[in-house]
Amino acid sequence: MNAKTSKRLNMKDRYRIMTRDLAWEPSYQRHEDIFPQEDFEGIKIVDWSQWEDPFRLTMDNYWKFQAEKERKLYAIFDAVSQNNGQMNVSDPRYLNAVKLFITAVTPLEYNAYKGYARVGRQFGGVGARIACQMQSIDELRHTQTQIHAMSHYNKYFGGMHDFPHMFDRVWYLSVPKSFFEDASTAGPFEFLTAISFSFEYVLTNLLFLPFMSGAAYNGDMNTVTFGFSAQSDEARHMTLGLEIIKFILEQHEDNVPIVQKWLDKWLWRGYRLLSIVGMMMDYMLPNKVMSWAEAWEMYYEEAGGALFKELERYGIRPPKFAEQTVIGKNHVSHQTWFVFYQYGHATAFNTWIPTAKEMDWLSEKYPDTFDRLYRPRFELLAEKAAKGERFYNNTLPQLCQICQIPLAITEPDDDTMISHRDTVHEGERYHFCSDGCRDIFHNEPEKYVQAWLPVHQILQGNCGGADMEKVIGDYYRIEMGEDNLEFEGSPEQRRWKQWKQAV
Amino acid sequence: MSVEIKTTSIEPIRQTYGHTQRRFGDKPATRYQEASFDIQSTTNFHYRPLYDHQFELYDPDHTALKMCDWYAFSDPRQFYYGAWVANRDAMQKNAENSFSFFEKRNLGSRLSDEAKQLVIKTLLPLRHMEMGANMNNVGIAGDAYGTTISQAHMFHGMDRLATAQYLSRIGLLIDDTPGVVLAEAKQLWMEDPAWQGVRRYVEDSFVIKDWAELSVAQNLVFDGLLYPYLNDHLEAELDELGGGDIAILTDFMGDWFKDGTRFIDALFKTLAAESEANREQLNRWIQHWHERAVEALEPIVGKAGIASSQALLAKRLTKLGLDTDAVASHY
Ligand SMILES: [Fe+2]
Ligand SMILES: [Fe+2]
Ligand SMILES: [Zn+2]
Repeated sequence: MNAKTSKRLNMKDRYRIMTRDLAWEPSYQRHEDIFPQEDFEGIKIVDWSQWEDPFRLTMDNYWKFQAEKERKLYAIFDAVSQNNGQMNVSDPRYLNAVKLFITAVTPLEYNAYKGYARVGRQFGGVGARIACQMQSIDELRHTQTQIHAMSHYNKYFGGMHDFPHMFDRVWYLSVPKSFFEDASTAGPFEFLTAISFSFEYVLTNLLFLPFMSGAAYNGDMNTVTFGFSAQSDEARHMTLGLEIIKFILEQHEDNVPIVQKWLDKWLWRGYRLLSIVGMMMDYMLPNKVMSWAEAWEMYYEEAGGALFKELERYGIRPPKFAEQTVIGKNHVSHQTWFVFYQYGHATAFNTWIPTAKEMDWLSEKYPDTFDRLYRPRFELLAEKAAKGERFYNNTLPQLCQICQIPLAITEPDDDTMISHRDTVHEGERYHFCSDGCRDIFHNEPEKYVQAWLPVHQILQGNCGGADMEKVIGDYYRIEMGEDNLEFEGSPEQRRWKQWKQAV
Repeated sequence: MSVEIKTTSIEPIRQTYGHTQRRFGDKPATRYQEASFDIQSTTNFHYRPLYDHQFELYDPDHTALKMCDWYAFSDPRQFYYGAWVANRDAMQKNAENSFSFFEKRNLGSRLSDEAKQLVIKTLLPLRHMEMGANMNNVGIAGDAYGTTISQAHMFHGMDRLATAQYLSRIGLLIDDTPGVVLAEAKQLWMEDPAWQGVRRYVEDSFVIKDWAELSVAQNLVFDGLLYPYLNDHLEAELDELGGGDIAILTDFMGDWFKDGTRFIDALFKTLAAESEANREQLNRWIQHWHERAVEALEPIVGKAGIASSQALLAKRLTKLGLDTDAVASHY
C-alpha cells in the first residue's frame, strides 16, 4: 500500500517535495544576510513561490540523461582522434573558425559556469536556485567538452594552444571577455536577464547554429557532435531565460523600467559581440551555411520580433536601437573581416582575401552593399598581395569604450562614414562606436571607466612594452609566423598539403 | 570517417595545450588535466563586481588562506564533468535498484512503528541540512579560486542536493499518505528543541564569508561528525528496532561520504601543507566549528555517537597534518 500511494503523487507535487519543500524560512539569520545580493538592483520580488520551474529534473534523472549523452559524445571524440578525423575537414582554412571558437567562446562557457554558481547560491527562491545550479554544471560541461573536442585539433593546428592565456590578453578577445564580465559583475537579476534571456533565449541561435552548421558543412565531426549534444542543455537554458523575464515582470510593476533598460543594453551588447560570428560565417567558412544577414533576419527579426510582441503586455517595448541592427546586418561582417585582415599579424588565426567564387557568393547575398563598397576594397588588397605587398596595418586603432571593437563600423544612415561618438566624464574623454554603446556608458559610467582597453594598455606599456612584435609574441603568446599572418603560404597550408599527400 | 590514411606520416605539432604542457610537461595529457588546470581567467578583469567592490571577479582573497599556486590541489577522483556524471550515474543506478527492491517487496510495511519514528526523528530532518550543504558548496564553487577547487565543490553541492532528494524519497516510501511524515520531520527541523542546534549551525554557516572556513564548517567538521554516526550507529539502532531494511535505502550515503571524504581530505591536506600560517588558520577554524558542531549534534546523535565520530575525525586530522587537540578535548 505504501508503495502505491507514493506513486500516486503527480509529477508536480513530487518535484515540489524534491526541491521547494527542502527549503525553510530561516530564523537564526536574516533573509537579507543569507542572500545579500538580492536587493541592490532595485528588483522587487514579492513572492518567490510564484516561480514556475522551467524544467523539472531531479538529480538522479539529470545524471542518467547526461551520462548517456557524455558516453556518446566521447565515443565520437575517440574515433576522430584514432582516425585522423581532422583530415576530413573541407579546407584547412576552416580550422580558423575553430581557433576563433576555442579562444573566444569556450572561456565564456567557463564564465557562465561561475556566474550561474553564484546566482545558484544567491537567489532567495529555491526553485530559481536549483534551475541556475543545473545550468551552472551544464556550462562547466560545455567548457570541458569543448576543450576535449578541440584537444585533437590543437595537436595539428595553431592558434588554439593558449586559449585561456589569450582570452585574458589579446585585443579582440577583450570583446567577448568584457561582454561576459559585464554580466558577471552585475547583480543576479541583471546577470540572468543578460545571459539567460538576452543571450540564451534571444541570441543563442545566432551563435550556436552558425558554428554547428558551419562544422557540419565543413566536415568537423567533433564540433558538430558537441554542438548537438549541448542542444538539449540549451533547450533547458532557454526555458529558464523566458521564465526569469516573465517572473521578474510579473512580480512588480516597478521592475518593468529596470528590465527594459537591461534589455536595451544587452541586445546591443550581444549584437556587437556577434559581429565576430557574422565575419566567421561570411568569410571564414569555406563551405557557407547562410549569410549573416539571412541569419539575423531569421533569428532576430522574425523570432525576436514575435517574442517582443509577446512581452508587450508587460509594458516592454522592443530594444532601443534594434532598427540599427537591421541596417547593420548588411555591413558588419565585411567591415569586421576587413579589420581582422589588416591586423592579421596580431590574430591567433590566419586571414585571407576571399576567392573569386566566394566574392560572387557575397555579391549575391549582399546585393546592396558588397559590390558597391567591399568588393573593390578586397580586390585592391588582392592585387597588392599578388605583388608581394600583403597589407598589414601597423597603427593602433581607437577602441569603443563599451564593446571594445575598433572604430571601423559605419554610420547607420551613411555607409561611407565611420561612426564615432564621444563623451566627457569627469574630465576624461571616452570614445564609442555607436549611440547604443554611448547610451550604455551614460547609464553606468562608474562601471565602464574601469574597462581594460587593449590599445590603451599597450600604449601604457602594460603588455610587455612598445615593441608590437614582443606584445604579440611574448604577451599574447601568438607564435609569429605560425599562428598568425596570411593563410596563403602559411605553415598551416604547407603542412595540410603534405598531410593530404599522405592520405 | 571513410578516408584511409597512412597514419605514420601525419605527425602532431604539439601534444597538448600550452598551459597544460607548462604544468605537466610536453606529453599527451589526461582529460582531467586538460579540463581542469589553468583554464580560469586570472588577469585583466574589466569591472569590479557591483555586489562586491573590494574584489576582482575571480579573486584569491575570498579566503584568508594563501597559496602560491591554487592548482596545487588536484582531485584524487580526477572528476571533471564527464567523469563525475559517469560515476554518479553508476551510483544512481545502484540506489535505484535498492529503492525498487524495497518498494517491490513492500518492505515499508514491515517497518516497526519505533523504527519509523526513529527515521522521522533522526534521518528525515536532515534533508533540510542537505539543502543547506547544497547552498554552501555551490557558494564555495562560486567564490573559490581555480577550477580544481571550484568544480570539486560544485559536484559536491549537486551530490548534496541528490542526497536531500533521496532522503525525501525515503520519507515518501515509508509513508501511508505521501508527504505526511516529511511534513512531520520538517516540523521537527523548525521547532523541536533537539534540532534547533543543528538548524542554527546551518543558518550560521550561510553567512560565513570565507569559502575555506565554510568548507571546514560544513564538509570537514560537521559532516565529519554526523556521517559516521549515520553510517554506523543509526543503522545498528534501526536494526534493533526492526528497521534493518532501511539500511538498503541509506547505503548510498555511506558510499558518498567515503567518496566525498577523498576530495575533502586531499583539499585540506594541500592547504595545510602550504604554510604554517594556513595550518594555524585551519586549526582555529576547526576548533571553533568543532565546538559548535558538537553542541549542535549531541541532542541528535547522543554522547556516544559524538565520541566515536570525534575519534574518527581526530584520526583524519592527524593524517592531514592538522591539530587534533580541539576535537580530542571532548572525549
Ligand atoms: Fe553553454
Ligand atoms: Fe547555455
Ligand atoms: Zn561599441
